[in-house]
Amino acid sequence: MRRLVLIAVPYLWLLALFLIPFLIVLKISLSDTALAIPPYTPTLDLGAGWAGVKAFFTGLDFENFWFLTTDELYWKAYLSSLQIALLSTIMTLMVGYPIAYGMAQARDEWRPTLMLLVILPFWTSFLIRVYAWMGILSREGLLNQFLLWTGVTNEPLTILNTDTAVYIGIVYTYLPFMVLPIYAALEKLDESLLEAAEDLGCSRASAFWLVTVPLSKSGIIAGCFLVFIPALGEFVIPSLLGGSQTLMIGKVLWEEFFNNRDWPVASAVAVILLLILIIPIILFQRNEQKQREAEG
Amino acid sequence: MKNHLLTAAASLALLAGMATAEEVRVYNWSDYIDEDLLTKFQEETGINLIYDVFDSNEVLETKMLAGGSGYDVVVPSGTFLQRQITAGAFQKLDMSKLPNIENMWDVVEKRTEQYDPDNAYSINYMWGTTGLGVNVGKVKEVLGDDAPLNSLSLVFDPANMEKLAECGVHFLDAPAEMIPAALKYIGEDPNSHDPDVIAKAEGVFAPVRPYIQKFHSSEYINALANGNICVAVGWSGDILQARDRADEAGNDVEIVYNAPVEGAQMWFDQMAIPVDAPNPDGAHKFLNFIMDAENMAAASNYVYYANGNKASQEYLLEDVIGDPAIYPDEATLENLFTTTPYDARVQRVVTRLWTKIKSGT
Repeated sequence: MRRLVLIAVPYLWLLALFLIPFLIVLKISLSDTALAIPPYTPTLDLGAGWAGVKAFFTGLDFENFWFLTTDELYWKAYLSSLQIALLSTIMTLMVGYPIAYGMAQARDEWRPTLMLLVILPFWTSFLIRVYAWMGILSREGLLNQFLLWTGVTNEPLTILNTDTAVYIGIVYTYLPFMVLPIYAALEKLDESLLEAAEDLGCSRASAFWLVTVPLSKSGIIAGCFLVFIPALGEFVIPSLLGGSQTLMIGKVLWEEFFNNRDWPVASAVAVILLLILIIPIILFQRNEQKQREAEG
Repeated sequence: MKNHLLTAAASLALLAGMATAEEVRVYNWSDYIDEDLLTKFQEETGINLIYDVFDSNEVLETKMLAGGSGYDVVVPSGTFLQRQITAGAFQKLDMSKLPNIENMWDVVEKRTEQYDPDNAYSINYMWGTTGLGVNVGKVKEVLGDDAPLNSLSLVFDPANMEKLAECGVHFLDAPAEMIPAALKYIGEDPNSHDPDVIAKAEGVFAPVRPYIQKFHSSEYINALANGNICVAVGWSGDILQARDRADEAGNDVEIVYNAPVEGAQMWFDQMAIPVDAPNPDGAHKFLNFIMDAENMAAASNYVYYANGNKASQEYLLEDVIGDPAIYPDEATLENLFTTTPYDARVQRVVTRLWTKIKSGT
């Protein structure tokens, strides 16, 4: 009995917080738009009994998914989002790994302070931090003032409202999600393994590549997924820092929802986004599981 | 921004103080009221006022169509109002609770009737035109003294835009305003609902697109005022607010608003009560308060938009009622056009075209 309850809890959790919302979105994606509250049809009329349920199901079809294939906008937006998410994940890794490595190498009494420095920015609202970047990156912003003052450039650079600003925003925002899992993996690293490698004639650099990196692999994988998955559907950062030419699926979804008032097509876009995300999510789960098994 | 923070702080303080008191929730456009009026309403009625702001009709419309927004008074523009009335989003006004309705101006009421027959669901708050905000000094420096400051060719002629790009140009991120302007520029019917005619707007935007710094519907006020941009296609009162902010800052930036000679779009922001408003009675009190001649005049004197309230005109400042950019003369009024809402199919064409214009895809 107790065992059954233990198994049931995570499934109920998943049902309430994932499956039911997903089914609602899926249902809307199969509906048609209507000028009403809510702005789609059919809605389930339980008062009409069985006939109402039947009318409800015959009103659903896959037309909206078909529509998404007729316009290049959608796949271009998915591809562009994938590209931005992928590149920013790689950049976050390149910035995050040295930070995590430095933290793991630091003396024990320093580690809590360093950890605090990584987590501290979270105590400020995410939105305020992105707004701060608007102030830093604008033409009259701090960065340009600094560059002009040092004489690196004569003309202020246009960074705000470009893709560059979007990359900076994503890397900055998601950096802790990369640093923390890698740090957790590196912290557990057994120093004697590195000594053994050096005893066997390995240089420090090759010991890093042959021992440290493979042993932190689980942290790298976890960090990459934690950055990639939310970055793919990102809306706030591209809409505040990006320009009108920045094409991301989050913005396309917004336009379907707000400008076209087309909740069904917006839901279809969201369902496909989820299907694209399911592959990395499953890979992530598998990685976690493997790691747990390895730890016994 | 400062004003918003003050409002937010005031709302919070009041929320904390009188959690149980009667409250009215108002959802209005940003930078669109004299904040003193909000305090005055609370003092006169004892009703706790919660005042939130938005900067796009689309955001408001989505909240209305989702239902259960929790607001008692909202302020959609004419075409959006008409569509939301059809969707059943608003309740009919109870005229017996609105004695100040007699203050309203028939000239405006006649025009708003095309969106709201008999003005049964809404009252006019403000109205204005969509046109050109120009930093005179900078534009003349770039284009010379004979720059066409009051013509759409300033922003739709690539030869002008190429030069203006260096000092910065913003367009409204509002296809329902920008596409009619482009159609007017090439001599088409700005209110056309024919997809083939609407498609012609792309030919107007494509050559000037590289020179447009940003599409945004509220940032241009500050950007114009502090000289970050030299031209904006925007709403009349917003640009006049930019003019005043520049004056206050004393930064030698001279901003003017011009309704284009080709013809400008005239729009109406209407106050209405959602069908599921928690406090319709309080909402009526708020509408009646706003329709008071002196209150309405205070709002217009503050935001530099014309209103639909005849009785308020005697309280308007001379630089409001006497400014043809706000209260156009007969000749300009003739030259203004209005638009009607697109149906779902045409709306999709318009949104798609707008995405293509903005992002190139």
